[in-house]
Amino acid sequence: MSQMLAQRDYYGKALRALASREDIVVLDADLAGSTKTSEFQKVCPERFVEVGIAEQNMIGVSSGLAAEGKTVFASTFGVFATGRCWEQIRLGAAYPKLNIKIVATHCGISVGEDGATHQALEDISLMRSLPNMTVLSPADAYETYAATMAIAEYDGPVYMRMGRSPVPVISKEGEKFTIGEAKVLLEGKDVSLFGTGQMVSNCIEAAEELRKEGVSAEVINVSTIKPLDRETVLASVSRTGCAVTAEEHSIIGGLGSAVSELISEELPSPVQRIGTMDMFGESGSPAELFVKYGLTSGDIAEAARRAIKRKR
Amino acid sequence: MVIRLAKSEKELREIANKLRLDVIEMTSEAGSGHPGGSLSSADLMAVLYFRVMNHRPSDPSWDGRDRFILSKGHVAPILYASLAESGYFPVDELKTLRKINSRLQGHPVRGKVPGVEMSTGSLGQGLSMACGFALAAKMDSKKHRVYCLVGDGELQSGMNWEAAMFASQYKLSNLVVFVDRNRLQISGCTDDVMSIEPLERKWESFGWRVITIDGHNIGQIINACKWAKRARTRPTVVIMNTIKGKGVSFMENNAVFHGKSCNEEETVCAENELEEAMRFCR
Ligand SMILES: Cc1ncc(C[n+]2csc(CCOP(=O)(O)OP(=O)(O)O)c2C)c(N)n1
Ligand SMILES: [Mg+2]
Repeated sequence: MSQMLAQRDYYGKALRALASREDIVVLDADLAGSTKTSEFQKVCPERFVEVGIAEQNMIGVSSGLAAEGKTVFASTFGVFATGRCWEQIRLGAAYPKLNIKIVATHCGISVGEDGATHQALEDISLMRSLPNMTVLSPADAYETYAATMAIAEYDGPVYMRMGRSPVPVISKEGEKFTIGEAKVLLEGKDVSLFGTGQMVSNCIEAAEELRKEGVSAEVINVSTIKPLDRETVLASVSRTGCAVTAEEHSIIGGLGSAVSELISEELPSPVQRIGTMDMFGESGSPAELFVKYGLTSGDIAEAARRAIKRKR
Repeated sequence: MVIRLAKSEKELREIANKLRLDVIEMTSEAGSGHPGGSLSSADLMAVLYFRVMNHRPSDPSWDGRDRFILSKGHVAPILYASLAESGYFPVDELKTLRKINSRLQGHPVRGKVPGVEMSTGSLGQGLSMACGFALAAKMDSKKHRVYCLVGDGELQSGMNWEAAMFASQYKLSNLVVFVDRNRLQISGCTDDVMSIEPLERKWESFGWRVITIDGHNIGQIINACKWAKRARTRPTVVIMNTIKGKGVSFMENNAVFHGKSCNEEETVCAENELEEAMRFCR
C-alpha cells in the first residue's frame, strides 16, 4: 500500500511557503480550517482575508485585489467555488484575465458522508467552459504542492481542484510541475488510460490488473485539463489505438469530454469514460461510493477491455 | 410509538432534550455530522413540530400543512429527529444517518424523506425558497404558514437580503423566519468572522416585524409564534439568542462541535447529561 497524504495539507504547506511573497493575498469563506488556507493565515494574518459565508463577495473582492496587482488565492469547497460563483468568476476573473487562483477542496464523491450537496462533480465542466481559464487537477499531495507553486508564478486565472481525503502518493516530492503538460507514467501499447486527480492512482492499479492478463496499458496523468496537452494525448492514442478516461467527476464536461473532443476530431478511436453517470452523489464512505458509482480500478480495467474490443 | 402532538411546555422541554439525545446518538453512530447547531435549534424544533405547526405526520403531503424550510441544512440531524419523533418515519431509522443507501443524507433532500420540503445544505438559499413557498400560498389563497430556520453565520450570505427585500415587497405575512443566533460559525465568533450586527435594525429596515427572544425558553418561543400569527402585511423574523451545543456542558459555546461528532467517551457523558435533563423535566 502506498503512502496516503491529503492534497489540501500540501496546498496549505505551499501557501505557507509562498507567504514571503508580498504580492500574495489569500481569501477564504469560513472554511480556512478545511481548505488549509489557515496555514497561510497562521504565518501571514495581514494578507489573509476572511470574507465569512459569502463566496460571491469573495470572488468580487478578489477581482479588485487582482486588478491592483495582487496575486490572489481564493479557496472554499468546490461546489461553492465554482457553482455559487460561476458568473462572478466569468466576469471578474476569466473575462479580464485577472491573476486569481481559485483553489477548491472537497471536490469529487470522496467528500463522502456530507452527501451530494457538498460533492462537486460538475466543477471541471463549469470552469473548463470559461475562456482564458486554466484548469488543474493534480493527482496527489506532492503534485498539489508543486502545482500551487507553479500557479503562483503564472499570471492569469486558474482553477485548481482537489479532494478532501488522503490519496495515494504517486509522484516524487520536489518533481517539477509544468502547466499544460500531461505525464506518461507507464508506457503501454494496447490502451491509453488517461486519469486525473486521485483517479490516476486507480489507473495505475488498473494497468497492473491488465498486465496480469497480458494487456499492456499506458497510464497518463492529465493534471492540466485545460489547456489539454494535445500532443501527448494524440501521441499516446496513435500508439495504442484506444483510450479510457478516469475522473472523480461527471462524465459530462470534464476530462472525458476534453479527451473525447480532441480524439474525435483528430484521431477517431474508441474512448470509454469513467466518471459519475449524469447523476448526483450521496452520503457514504468514500470507498463505498467509489464502488457504487463505478470509480474503482476494476471499473477502469473493465472499461479498458471494452475499449480494446471496440478497436478495429 | 408516535408522540401525540400539541404538548404542554413541560412536555416540550422534555421532548427538546429527547431530540438532543437523538442528535447525539445519530451523529456519534455516523461518526460525523453537525451536532452543535442542531442542539441550539432543539427547543425551537420541539415547539414547531409538537405544538405550533399544523401537520400530519401520517400524511406528509397534506396540502394544508405548514411548511418548514431548514435553510441551515447542515443541522439535518435535528430535523430528522423531529420528523422521526413526531411520526414521519421510524425513530430506529435515525441510526442510518449519513450511511450509504440511507434516506437520511448528510444534508436534507426533498423527495427522499417524508416531511423534508426542500433540499438544502448550501447556505444562504433557504430563505428565498421559503419566500417562494409563501408566495405560492398567497397566490392560491391558502392559509398555511411557512417557517424557515437560518443560521447567524449564514446571514452573511447576500442572497438572504435579496430575499428579505422580496418578502417585504410581496407582503409575505405568512412567512416566519427564525435566526439561530448562537454567535458561532466554523471559524469562530460570528462577530469576528463577519459581523451581522446590528441585526434587529437590519431586518427592521427591510420592513420586517422583529422580535428577539431567548431561544431556549419554550414559553418565549411559543409566544413569538403567536405574535407571528398576528402579522397582517409584513413578514416576521424571530431572533433567537441561543447557545451552540446547548444541553451538553462540554459542547456549549464550543466551536469544535460545529462539524464533529462526539467520541465514545463524550457520547456517554452527553447521553447521561441529557437523560438527566429529561428526568428533571418530568
Ligand atoms: C454556501 C456555503 N458555504 C459554506 C458552507 C460550509 N458551512 C457549513 S456550516 C457553516 C457555518 C454555519 O454557521 P451558522 O450559519 O452560524 O450555523 P450554526 O452556527 O447554526 O451551525 C459553513 C461555513 C456551506 N454549507 N454553504
Ligand atoms: Mg451560528
